[in-house]
Amino acid sequence: MTDTAPLLEMRGIVKSFPGVQALSGVDLSLRSGEVLALIGENGAGKSTLMKVLGGAHRANEGTIAIHGRQTRFHSPHESRRAGVAVIYQEFNLVPGLTSVENIFLGREVTRAGFVAQQEERKRAAALFKRLGAEIDLAAPCRRLTTAQQQLVEIAKALAFDARILVMDEPSAALTSHEVERLFEIIRDLKRQGIGIIYVSHRLGEIFAIADRVMVLRDGKHVGERLIGQITRNEMIEMMVGRELKDEFPPRSVAIGAPRLEVAGLRRGRVVRDVSFAVRRGEILALTGLVGAGRTETVRLIFGADPREAGEIRLDGKALAIRSPRDAIAAGIGLLTEDRKLQGLVLGHSVRDNFGLPNLTWLSRHGFVQRRREREDFGRYVNRLKIKVPNQEQRAGNLSGGNQQKVVLAKWLARNCDILIFDEPTRGIDVGAKYEIYLLMNELAAAGKAIVMISSELPEVLGMADRILVMHEGRVTGEITDARRATQEQIMELAHA
Amino acid sequence: MKNSRIFAAYGMIFVLALLCAFFSVVTYTDQSPTGEAGANQVITAIRQQFGTTPRVLIAASDQPGDSVFAASIERDLAASGAQVLATVIGEPKDAREALLKINAGGGKLDAIACTQVTGAWLVFSDLKTDFPGLGEPRVITPRSYRWPNFLKSENLLNIANQIAVIAIVAIGVTMVIITGGIDLSVGSLLALSAVLAARFIRDFAGGVNASVGGMLLACLAAIILCGIAGAFSGAMITRFAIPPFIVTLAMMLVGSGLAYILAEGQSIYQIPDSFVWLGRGADLMSLPNAVVLMLVLYALAHVLMSRMRLGRYLYAVGGNGEAARLSGVPVKRVLMFAYIASALLAGLGGVIMASQLKSGSATYGNMYELYVIAAVVVGGTSLSGGEGKMLGTLTGAFTIAVIQNGMNLTNVESYTQKVVLGLVILGAVLLDKIRHAR
Repeated sequence: MTDTAPLLEMRGIVKSFPGVQALSGVDLSLRSGEVLALIGENGAGKSTLMKVLGGAHRANEGTIAIHGRQTRFHSPHESRRAGVAVIYQEFNLVPGLTSVENIFLGREVTRAGFVAQQEERKRAAALFKRLGAEIDLAAPCRRLTTAQQQLVEIAKALAFDARILVMDEPSAALTSHEVERLFEIIRDLKRQGIGIIYVSHRLGEIFAIADRVMVLRDGKHVGERLIGQITRNEMIEMMVGRELKDEFPPRSVAIGAPRLEVAGLRRGRVVRDVSFAVRRGEILALTGLVGAGRTETVRLIFGADPREAGEIRLDGKALAIRSPRDAIAAGIGLLTEDRKLQGLVLGHSVRDNFGLPNLTWLSRHGFVQRRREREDFGRYVNRLKIKVPNQEQRAGNLSGGNQQKVVLAKWLARNCDILIFDEPTRGIDVGAKYEIYLLMNELAAAGKAIVMISSELPEVLGMADRILVMHEGRVTGEITDARRATQEQIMELAHA
Repeated sequence: MKNSRIFAAYGMIFVLALLCAFFSVVTYTDQSPTGEAGANQVITAIRQQFGTTPRVLIAASDQPGDSVFAASIERDLAASGAQVLATVIGEPKDAREALLKINAGGGKLDAIACTQVTGAWLVFSDLKTDFPGLGEPRVITPRSYRWPNFLKSENLLNIANQIAVIAIVAIGVTMVIITGGIDLSVGSLLALSAVLAARFIRDFAGGVNASVGGMLLACLAAIILCGIAGAFSGAMITRFAIPPFIVTLAMMLVGSGLAYILAEGQSIYQIPDSFVWLGRGADLMSLPNAVVLMLVLYALAHVLMSRMRLGRYLYAVGGNGEAARLSGVPVKRVLMFAYIASALLAGLGGVIMASQLKSGSATYGNMYELYVIAAVVVGGTSLSGGEGKMLGTLTGAFTIAVIQNGMNLTNVESYTQKVVLGLVILGAVLLDKIRHAR
């Protein structure tokens, strides 16, 4: 490439939705072989900007040029043809098809009208080799791990000769080991001249992988620096538009007697004989690699899946939990890992979502006391600073942070004794994260017992009083003084 | 903003109103009053022109409205001292005979009270020449006026009565569809219920001489048996996670087969006359009882869906079953409720239909599940669950009824009606999609 025109040049992109100005004149440029980190709080417009690039949204104004040539994307198909591949946080794979079928979906290699399966397999194998990945070509994608699915997405992009690769929160569901592997692949792609836009909330990663960082706030481009010329705190300040002292709020610990005790929890091969206790005022972190059985364990406690064996006690009393309903009645709340699939009814209003676990006490003689519900939810909207235009707003229209706050409000109103947070800050911006941490501390101080599942080690170290590490369905280690633990220590236990 | 939201929620009401307006315009014609209203006009006219003691002949055709017309003129005029020489109810030749008789008797005649139709009979066209002995009798008819056939109150009540069964069954199916399911068995259960109710009355309650209590018990038993069938479907769906489409498809075959077996291929008609009270009676302000029942059930269902906890749960289960379960919603119980309610209402629909037709037959309710689903969908309920309104379904049912009725009034043949109805259903859903896409 001898011309000096950048690989990608977006100018003055404006996009508005009814009632919201998502982007107001954003510029972005990307050179080949460069990794550009795009950061900003939730709702800053990162996803919208990437969707405009990917052809999923059409900009109201602005231009896009690739290699200096003006283009207009009216559909994801056109964008893909121009060499842009977007890997969204929710992967675009057909779960029942194999990796090979997914890679060539819509662009099958055919011979006389028949799919040339051998040829496709050969090319797919070559792609995976180029990525240094080992993937079962015959297995349906739903059986692959998250990291493997991501590799399939990357392979799919490469198969279409993508010159520009957008990765939206690629590390969100990966373990730190897998993230390392991903970085190697990204560096390799760089060398091949591919331009990469890396969208992430994890600032640590950005220093490790990006060449340049661009910050969006409220739909505006607020700054752009080379990676060597910016500190972590400067990044955060640019994102939130104010000074932020600490990532984790300080807390004074007053830990009491055990509240929740589980013994001998078992379910097939995913949870094998797990026992632990959480005490009054304590935050217990459950960590380990993805697939270590952390989520599965708390789902057993919550009654979401049937357990084969195991006892659950609350304040010394044995509980017969057979369904989430039982668990909730006993005073246990679970904030699920996946807000969209498990935490919220996206098509319904935020107030209806709030009411769902609370209708048992918010209704009388079967009738919902709508005024009480409205007032109660209103209080939580204020307390948690949930940004909603009104209570009728559809939950699906909110940003990740605000969605999480609605889920939180659900459980806070229920006044649970035990709160289980499964990846509470995944995909949430720094400001909202801090608020959620504060709230967790408040709850602990009020005598609740908290179990927190997290894959982000800084979060585990910053928030937990005690850490349990899981590996292949077993608890493989316990760190009783989380203040003095290190990431290396945890990683070692996680790979045990 | 506010207006557009109302339009989004109840857009079908506007479509329904447009349809009504259209059929009103198309069926706008001359109306010739008969019955009491026509009679009163004629009586007033006769009194004005001839005082209180005229000599009158009354001529009416043998239509039901006309006999009321004739009887009330005869009664009222006679009461005020007029002489009604003859009352003809029948054809022109009857009128000729009556005139000849009066003529032969040498009496004069002042007025002939006619409806629009009889007033135009040829026999009255030249009375002076044909019957010189009668003097100069004048033909008095009620004034005609123009009004759409569609908007006549009999027609509107007819629409409501015809759709009542489908609309009632659609309440349950709306709940099922809001939970993200489907119920294909309602048409068959309707037939089963009609056959069961009729058989219970014939075999156990005393047949034609059955008492009210006996009939009530028979109907209740039929409805409850349908409810049990619904519970069975619900259990299959919740316990074994078989898709509702399959379960209710099977139940549709089973129900229909059972209905034919129990009816032994015949229609069961050994039922007392009083049984038609529910289907044909009209006790409250001349509203048919079935329509009153329908309106009451819709009011209850609307309150359930919009104000009650159970209603919220139905929506939540359809919107995101897993999120609902993890929020402590008793998902299985909620689903059971929906399928049982749907079956019970189908059973009630069968009883109403048996009452309307005064018999029970396994052929009832054929294809009703599709009309019911059409009503639900036209009413704006999404087949993917979590969304929908009871009053929308009522609107949808009426939309279908109005289209059918309007086409009957305008003499569209029945095969064409099917084509039009199919396209209208498609159009309604398309409209809904476009509205949501915005």
